[in-house]
Amino acid sequence: MKKSSMLDLLVLVIRRDLVLAMRRRADVLTTLIFFVMVVSLFPIGVGPEMDMLRKMAAGVLWVAALLASMLSLGRLFSADYLDGTLEQMMLAPQSLSMLVLGKMAAHWMSSGLPLVLMAPVLGLQYDMSMRALGVLIVSLLLGTPVLSMLGAIGAALTLGLRGGGVLLSLLVLPLCIPVLIFGTGAVEAASSGLSIASHLSLLGALLVLALVFTPWVTAQALRISME
Amino acid sequence: MSINWFKYAAPATFYGLAGKLIPWFAFPAVILFAVGLYMGFFVAPVDAQQGEFYRIMFIHVPTSILSMVFYLVMAGYAALGLIFNTRLSAMMASAIAPTGALFALISLWTGALWGKPMWGTWWIWDARLTSQLILLFLYLGFIALRASIDEPRRADRAAALLAIVGSVNVPIIYFSVKWWNTLHQGATIKFSGTSMQITMQHTLLIMTIACWLYAIAVVLARVRSIILERERKTEWINELPEVRL
Amino acid sequence: MLEVSNLACSRGDHRLFSGLNFNLHPGQIMQVQGANGSGKTSLLRTLCGFLMPDEGDIVWHGQKIGELAEEYHDEILYLGHLNAIKDELSGLENLCISAGIAGIELEEKEAVTALRRMGLRGREMLPTKVLSQGQRRRVALARLLVSDAKLWILDEPLTALDVGAVALIQELIAEHLARQGMVVFTTHQPLHVAGMEMRILALS
Repeated sequence: MKKSSMLDLLVLVIRRDLVLAMRRRADVLTTLIFFVMVVSLFPIGVGPEMDMLRKMAAGVLWVAALLASMLSLGRLFSADYLDGTLEQMMLAPQSLSMLVLGKMAAHWMSSGLPLVLMAPVLGLQYDMSMRALGVLIVSLLLGTPVLSMLGAIGAALTLGLRGGGVLLSLLVLPLCIPVLIFGTGAVEAASSGLSIASHLSLLGALLVLALVFTPWVTAQALRISME
Repeated sequence: MSINWFKYAAPATFYGLAGKLIPWFAFPAVILFAVGLYMGFFVAPVDAQQGEFYRIMFIHVPTSILSMVFYLVMAGYAALGLIFNTRLSAMMASAIAPTGALFALISLWTGALWGKPMWGTWWIWDARLTSQLILLFLYLGFIALRASIDEPRRADRAAALLAIVGSVNVPIIYFSVKWWNTLHQGATIKFSGTSMQITMQHTLLIMTIACWLYAIAVVLARVRSIILERERKTEWINELPEVRL
Repeated sequence: MLEVSNLACSRGDHRLFSGLNFNLHPGQIMQVQGANGSGKTSLLRTLCGFLMPDEGDIVWHGQKIGELAEEYHDEILYLGHLNAIKDELSGLENLCISAGIAGIELEEKEAVTALRRMGLRGREMLPTKVLSQGQRRRVALARLLVSDAKLWILDEPLTALDVGAVALIQELIAEHLARQGMVVFTTHQPLHVAGMEMRILALS
């Protein structure tokens, strides 16, 4: 028996959560299917005029990704909370922020990444150009981790509460608005042939800020909820 | 005269102090509201560009500014409560929330009333109104989270953390909304931009002070009822004349 | 050594206990007794650091546990009402991950040995959701075999266990105490450790 390091712990937590996600594939797939459905609902709701859909594409895809992320966040901590593994993690001899970062990373890989991969396929339904699709992927790649991380704070605060997923969304959606704005801004700039650099760098800045602050804040929120 | 501030950090003493202070804020508030509204709607001159409708600004502007200020004050009390573990700070934060939300709501409503004659629509997606809407959501989130947690200590601390996270995000949200607005060449509701008539400035000032006084009075009254509810099992509550039947 | 002085705890508005004092030295075992709702679980959770006490201090080797934080976590093992195992994982995977989170890199062989000693021979690789309640509790308790924690905080460890398993747990506790470990526990079933003087803390 030997003692493990912080990096070992991070890898352990990520692997654990990914294995669990694989064994409960249904949860992961339902989020993805929700994403596809929401994107498909809009043309049905507003009419199939290609010109209008092309203009709406960035916004629709981003809002759908946002909603799908919110839905999937419920399961970030709740299963572990219910079977007692979360409190064991809080008794780990390593920084709780590190463990939380691991869970966030695994969550993004099993929920956010599939959205990123699915989005271009859906973008074709909206007749988006190749350039726009490319920027869409990059913006989602930068933005969905931020959504996961902000959502983790909400998930930690609403642990075990009756309101559940809806309350979580209520708390987190306003905080996600900057990501939405910069993400869609980048794609629309690409569609109009304008520069995408500023939007993407702002997204990148949000990602860095989130990486630095959200694990610690989420750890505090977990401690508050577990009292 | 040196005041022992920590004495007033105890709910029991603050209850009495708040009760004594309320009239000192409530009466001036009523007077200033009366004066301000009279000046705003009757005395201030007609605006060259916006006609009579601009008068709604005398309610819109103070409530907008104050709804933002109150969020920060609420977050400040929340932070105090988290750091020093004082129950009263958390109670003050929950007392401020409904008033802040109300001001945000009034600001949105008066913004709409202003927009209709100007733009022909009941809503305008300009940067300030949109930020105001998001601020309202942040207030509602705070209130909803508090309401969803039964255990008082967890409710205090969770909502406090949310308020702090929200207040850190407010500048980021405001910046991104302005960015969004310029990207889409959206409408901007702005008062004429030229220097305001002196009467209008005075009226704005009076209305702003009136709103502050009103808010303080209401928050003090609300915190008293929160104290009564939270401390209902303690001895000093049961000694109060209003509790003893 | 664990020193608790003047501890007071409440849940919501309700004061559970106050003025609690006790010391626990290496090799000692203490049972917390009290009626349902008297605060036994809350006391154990306060000892873990989950709950903040209203008053009082918990001191481990001369330092407050609040200040020690992760260092203190390294020295304790907590087993609550919940098993802390994942249904979708096998007993082996569960044990390796629990150990990993506690900072111990466990080799598969060691884990299998531990599970076998817990009476789970032939079931180590099955997902725990197909095991019985008692077997799942055994998987949860297997952590006792691979942990190097000095203080064991056990909240009703014998729930769902049969006579054989109860005897095994008593044996493990005895071994732990012989290694100068400490145990604080609650139980609704009789728990006897051979040759050990059981200290009692009664919460009224």
